[in-house]
Amino acid sequence: MNPLPLVALVGNPNAGKSALFNALTGARQKVGNYPGVTVERKSGRFSLDDGRPVELVDLPGTYSLDPGSPDEAVTRDVVTGHQAGERPPAAIVIVVDAGNLDNHLRFALQLVALGLPTVMALNMVDMAERDGLTIDAEMLARELGIPVVPTVAVRRRGLDELRAALGKAVGSNAAPVAPEVAEAAEHSSYTALQRRARAIAAAATTRPEVTRDAAERIDRVLLHPVAGLAILLALLFVMFQAVFAWSEAPIGWIEDGFSVIQGAATDALPAGLLRSLVVDGLIAGVGSVVVFLPQILILFLFILVLEASGYMVRAAFLMDKLMAGVGLSGRAFIPLLSSFACAIPGIMATRTIDDPKDRLTTILIAPLMTCSARLPVYAVIIGAFIPARDMGYGIGLQGLVLFGLYIAGILGAMAAAFILRRTVTRGAAGTFMMELPRYQWPDPRDILIGLAQRAWIFLRRAGTLILAASLLLWLLLSFPQAPEGRSQVEYSAAGRIASVLEPVVRPIGFNHEIALAIIPAMAAREVAVAALGTVYSIESDDETVLEQTVTERLSGRWPLPTALAFLMWFVFAPQCLSTIAVIRRETNSWRWPLFALGYLFVLAYIAAGATFWTATALGLG
Amino acid sequence: MILRLDELPLRRNATVSAIDWDGIGPAEAKRLREFGFDEGVVVQKLHTGPIGSDPVACRVGRMTVALRRRVALAISVTGHEA
Ligand SMILES: Nc1nc2c(ncn2[C@@H]2O[C@H](COP(=O)(O)OP(=O)(O)OP(=O)(O)O)[C@@H](O)[C@H]2O)c(=O)[nH]1
Ligand SMILES: [Mg+2]
Repeated sequence: MNPLPLVALVGNPNAGKSALFNALTGARQKVGNYPGVTVERKSGRFSLDDGRPVELVDLPGTYSLDPGSPDEAVTRDVVTGHQAGERPPAAIVIVVDAGNLDNHLRFALQLVALGLPTVMALNMVDMAERDGLTIDAEMLARELGIPVVPTVAVRRRGLDELRAALGKAVGSNAAPVAPEVAEAAEHSSYTALQRRARAIAAAATTRPEVTRDAAERIDRVLLHPVAGLAILLALLFVMFQAVFAWSEAPIGWIEDGFSVIQGAATDALPAGLLRSLVVDGLIAGVGSVVVFLPQILILFLFILVLEASGYMVRAAFLMDKLMAGVGLSGRAFIPLLSSFACAIPGIMATRTIDDPKDRLTTILIAPLMTCSARLPVYAVIIGAFIPARDMGYGIGLQGLVLFGLYIAGILGAMAAAFILRRTVTRGAAGTFMMELPRYQWPDPRDILIGLAQRAWIFLRRAGTLILAASLLLWLLLSFPQAPEGRSQVEYSAAGRIASVLEPVVRPIGFNHEIALAIIPAMAAREVAVAALGTVYSIESDDETVLEQTVTERLSGRWPLPTALAFLMWFVFAPQCLSTIAVIRRETNSWRWPLFALGYLFVLAYIAAGATFWTATALGLG
Repeated sequence: MILRLDELPLRRNATVSAIDWDGIGPAEAKRLREFGFDEGVVVQKLHTGPIGSDPVACRVGRMTVALRRRVALAISVTGHEA
């Protein structure tokens, strides 16, 4: 079988390669307004005008063919055809930002010098126009010796022309490389290439007397030493308040929906094991997790808007000095902030960090950032034990405690980084060098698509992993069946396993039910909520318990110090096997995932214990 | 008047007169070049970070980039007349 011709999208970070990839192939690769969104090779297919199918690859953005970080090495290997098992590309599409030609043309010249059939997508012409720039695409084409097609990837403008130009390029021989370009590239002389790039850019661009610079003006506020930091903190604070404040109504609807289903199932099934399985095991287990969909989507809404607007890099800028204090860089702030959504993409995003020690440290502390899977656990426990008191100024106590838990995770991560950088990942300090992108209005359609993707991932998880875990848990809790007069939960297989663990966690205030819940939470944190729900519903013969949410079932059952210790446990404990697997893959060894597992458990135990003892001493019990 | 980039007043054009390439790490030197820093290039200092004026955001060409102060110290510039 003849493999399809390979066409690679190459260019500087944030030039719009992934947006163009999505427009051409109909894929939904992640697009975001900061450098370093794409960190691995992604491929898709599309057909040229004459019907020939080609394989299109989207690559991480890079400034040159000398990789500085692991993601950039991927790009170099693909375009030079050195990637293991990879054929050399039949053509490349150089994607450049029309508003930033000075810089983007230098890399473009380096690529042209490779001598492959090449087409240039002069992207973001809309933004350049907004800034008052006019670019002469034909002159560019003449100077570079390759076809140049103006495009607006996000508006799907210029795609037909780009496809047509590619149709000619694929299967053709590349045009000869201009001698001065070849020479400069040969010596990989930045200076020579850069000068040539500047000259071409200046010749092809008409700019007005005074160029407006919206970003600079906005940054005077957002990067202001005092106001900027205050705005960043306020933003994070509003985000966590919103998670509670905006989600009440939709959560109510989902709860109502599930109680209708539960009611129907209870009526339809005869009392007995089967009914218990369906009602206590499946519906209660999955339902107790699905109700958190609104809160997770609100969190993602904030993160997606931050990513699309260009604010992410500003946040990194503001945080850099603090991060430097613990031996990291502002660069690490972006993976860490995405770890609020999920540590897995966060850990993958560390590929953009140049310094290996910096990167490793960031990987090891990423699990401490509170991911969205912890939200259900926090929300249930906070809902059950922290009164919904209004603290004035529209700030709720529950939102405040949630914010505190996030802060605990962040402080824990910083402390861990501080210690790691002086011990296991000791080494020279890294640096912070990053491009600040122009601001963009987030496209509502993009945000909606992003949210729909997250909703789908979450529901699929609920329908598979969490469903399976709930089912297994129900089985382990229901068998063997307890004789009259004994507690079913204690007598069951799960209860016995938990009894083994219980003495270990008793000193930090955990009871038997908690010991039981934290084991399946290793597979997925949300299962802890399902587990507690199932435990208390099996334990109780009372029919009314079925109509209660997990929060209602729990409230008042544990002393407050226990509840707080449980929360602290979830701040630190490494309870997610997929994260461990990703650490294994990204560090290419078992050493670091095992290390992370160990140190996080120790940290969780100490933090939960300290919380329990302090709270007890303060008489909160 | 020769200054170091980090001493330059905010939003004042200046031309890079020299870069102490050996005074910064090779990885940093490479990134600086990739951002387009070079002798003879016009730059501006636009913003500084909240603590200890670190990092600094500069304009080079049409790009705005953030650098640590330590790297900015290695860049000497001649300020243009205001
Ligand atoms: N206005 C405008 N915005 C665009 C255009 N193309 C892409 N964008 C936006 O520019 C930003 C960067 O786009 P991406 O496609 O993620 O860039 P990339 O080149 O894949 O970036 P990396 O993966 O980081 O290398 C996103 O916010 C896009 O929505 C365009 O033609 N016009
Ligand atoms: Mg991309």
